[in-house]
Amino acid sequence: VAREPFRITRTPIDPEAQKQTLIADSAGAFVGFEGWVRDHNDGGAVNALEYEVHELIAQNEGEAILAAARERFAVLEVACEHRVGKLEIGECAVWVGVSAAHRGAAFDACRYIIDEIKRRLPIWKKEHYVSGESGWVNCADPTLGAMSSRDRSS
Amino acid sequence: MVEVTAKYFAAFRERAGRGSESVATNAATTGDLFAELARRHGFADPQMRCKVAVNDELVEWTTRLENGDVVLFFPPVAGG
Repeated sequence: VAREPFRITRTPIDPEAQKQTLIADSAGAFVGFEGWVRDHNDGGAVNALEYEVHELIAQNEGEAILAAARERFAVLEVACEHRVGKLEIGECAVWVGVSAAHRGAAFDACRYIIDEIKRRLPIWKKEHYVSGESGWVNCADPTLGAMSSRDRSS
Repeated sequence: MVEVTAKYFAAFRERAGRGSESVATNAATTGDLFAELARRHGFADPQMRCKVAVNDELVEWTTRLENGDVVLFFPPVAGG
């Protein structure tokens, strides 16, 4: 089985360089998605983010998602890179790129890949708030009784 | 009774105050063990929102435990 171009990285993602790897003469469309670190979540002001990963399983899941996208959609090339470690506001946390003969398949495959990445990869995001507190996104905070206000998909 | 290693990630690791521990248990499945350890450490996330892996492969909550398994407990993920 050929390895899929999925990569976990601890250094900044370069979307332009990534895009160059998807160029093909038969491509009429390219769709790219960049997930950026924003300065707020659920009303809280965010300073920085820290991503934790189980690298082996994330790699396997990431490759499986790209392979599934190739089977489901009429695409030429697909690729994805996810950054982990500590990220500052405005940095690119995840990049997805798809080239295809036509735009429909490129949009659909790109959306599929980012949705599956968010749903399946063992990656966790800890937000550091301006207030000095921190919290894990999507996880229940047992000290708050029920679900925390951050218990929501971003 | 089986002896396994439980490993915790992200919010679970912080909540448990450790990254891993040896567990001797009567739990038959990964789901049973999760329930036991969630009670012990106060994990509040429902099982259906979490994931479990055995020996570095994602498995179901009905997967049976074997002596020496390394069981990884993943709280709700938040990539992207």
